Amino acid sequence: MEKAPKYLQIFVVVYLVFLYAPALLLPVFAFNDSTIISFPLSNFTFDWFLGLRNESALHDALGNSLLVALSSAILSTCLGVLASRASARHEFFAKKSIISFLLLPLVLPEIIIAVSLLVVLSQMGFALSLWTVVLGHTLVCMPFSIAILTSAFNNMDQSLEEASFDLGETGWGTFRRVILPLVAPGIVSSLLITFTLSLDEFIIAFFLTGTGATLPVYIWGQLRFPNKLPNVMALGLLLLLFSLLLLSVGEYFRRRTKQMAGTDSFTGD
Amino acid sequence: MTQTISNKQNRTGLALVSTPLGFSLLLLAVPLTMVILMSFWTQNYLVLEHSFKLDNYIEAWTHPLYQQLMLRSVRISFLVTLATVLLSYPMAYFISFYGGNNKVRWLFLVTIPFWTSYLLRVFLWKVILGYNGVVNSTLDWLGIIEEPLVFILYNSNAVIIALTHAWAPFAILPIFVALEKIDRSYLEAATDLGDGPIRRFLRVTLPLSMPGVVAATLIVFIPTIGDYVTPKLVGGKDGLMIANMIQVQFGKANNAPLGSALAISAMGIVGMISILFVGLNRRWLKKE
Repeated sequence: MEKAPKYLQIFVVVYLVFLYAPALLLPVFAFNDSTIISFPLSNFTFDWFLGLRNESALHDALGNSLLVALSSAILSTCLGVLASRASARHEFFAKKSIISFLLLPLVLPEIIIAVSLLVVLSQMGFALSLWTVVLGHTLVCMPFSIAILTSAFNNMDQSLEEASFDLGETGWGTFRRVILPLVAPGIVSSLLITFTLSLDEFIIAFFLTGTGATLPVYIWGQLRFPNKLPNVMALGLLLLLFSLLLLSVGEYFRRRTKQMAGTDSFTGD
Repeated sequence: MTQTISNKQNRTGLALVSTPLGFSLLLLAVPLTMVILMSFWTQNYLVLEHSFKLDNYIEAWTHPLYQQLMLRSVRISFLVTLATVLLSYPMAYFISFYGGNNKVRWLFLVTIPFWTSYLLRVFLWKVILGYNGVVNSTLDWLGIIEEPLVFILYNSNAVIIALTHAWAPFAILPIFVALEKIDRSYLEAATDLGDGPIRRFLRVTLPLSMPGVVAATLIVFIPTIGDYVTPKLVGGKDGLMIANMIQVQFGKANNAPLGSALAISAMGIVGMISILFVGLNRRWLKKE
């Protein structure tokens, strides 16, 4: 194994400090016993975490966010399964254009998506609610589902499917008993990643929610009140730990998919 | 025989993709079309006039305030993209060429900070760059400065720093994937033929990794124009961008048609620049 040149090593360290700077400040201020978010630090405290128990608006927002994230994750993963199965196994009319169109929300600015959905919903006389947020989140989460699941379907050995047909299984039977178990880790990974994305999405929720705030909309409101900031830092730290937990579980399942399929694009890990 | 298979392939494929396609048509294509239509309508106080007029575009393109916001947004997006790609490339290069058996671990390492709440990440940049912030306290403590630096918060510099941070993983990943695809024997061949490390990088590695660079550029440049949170939190008055004005038009100003025209104009501008950029890089993107 060749060693990287000195200047590249130094760059990597400095860049990592830059990447980690905001995240590392989160625990610093979550445990700092001062209502002002700046240096120098004062004593260590758990009060900001304990204070979260009494914020009923926060509890409502948390409930709303969990509902939205769970619904969006399930919807986008279901749509993702259909699209990626089609993309991985079938040739069909205008395939490339259709798949690119489905992936389009990846590069569109979120404000464009939020504003255009707002225009349509208000023109059609739909009342804004958590469900309109779910629609918007499903739209932006679907490309991620498709990306994860397409690789899951592609990694699956097609001969297993053919073997099942040869042994007399029907199309549905093959799907349920062969394909689904093989791509199940990919599905779990898609559910977890889309759940995490929806949980943190702000702009679409900000534009499309009615009276019920999601967690990021609640946090946005709190950022205006300086005395609430330490609580928000504590909340942010809890959210970060929760996201990392979900992602580790997702990654565990992603690797399972690769192991089951017997292929791993990054060898040695 | 082949004909029947491809027919069946076609039908099953279309049947499978029809639900997600219908969903996207209904919630993406129809809404985008509506915004385009809306941008030609006029808001008369509470009444929406449905006659086709160019007034909103004339206002969006000639009013000095909108011109200034649009130019600034494009400039910020351009600088953010430039900085992000220039900083991400060496990182991706390091992981791909020196990551050894730990490439996946390294990729994890660079993406972990981005699972911090987006709002709080931007907010924490305020803490880092502020008057009594991390940067100023450190520089003061080291005796490098006597007065706190003020050019790094509440202006477009702060927006550029925060956005360059926010988009890092979206640039690192595509560049990494492109570098991974390079056949390492080309590099050996270049060395054997007498190229030094720098010449080899410029003549072999860089051209072969251009698809990743182009992808990273588009992934960062297009969405950045529409960022709302960062300019609002760290931009102050001089760092506001077009998305903030679009939000005002749809909200307080109650002029959705003008907001639509601004949104479509912004998309049109970044779309044109992106097409131009891809055109300029066409020769690197050809499939071998």
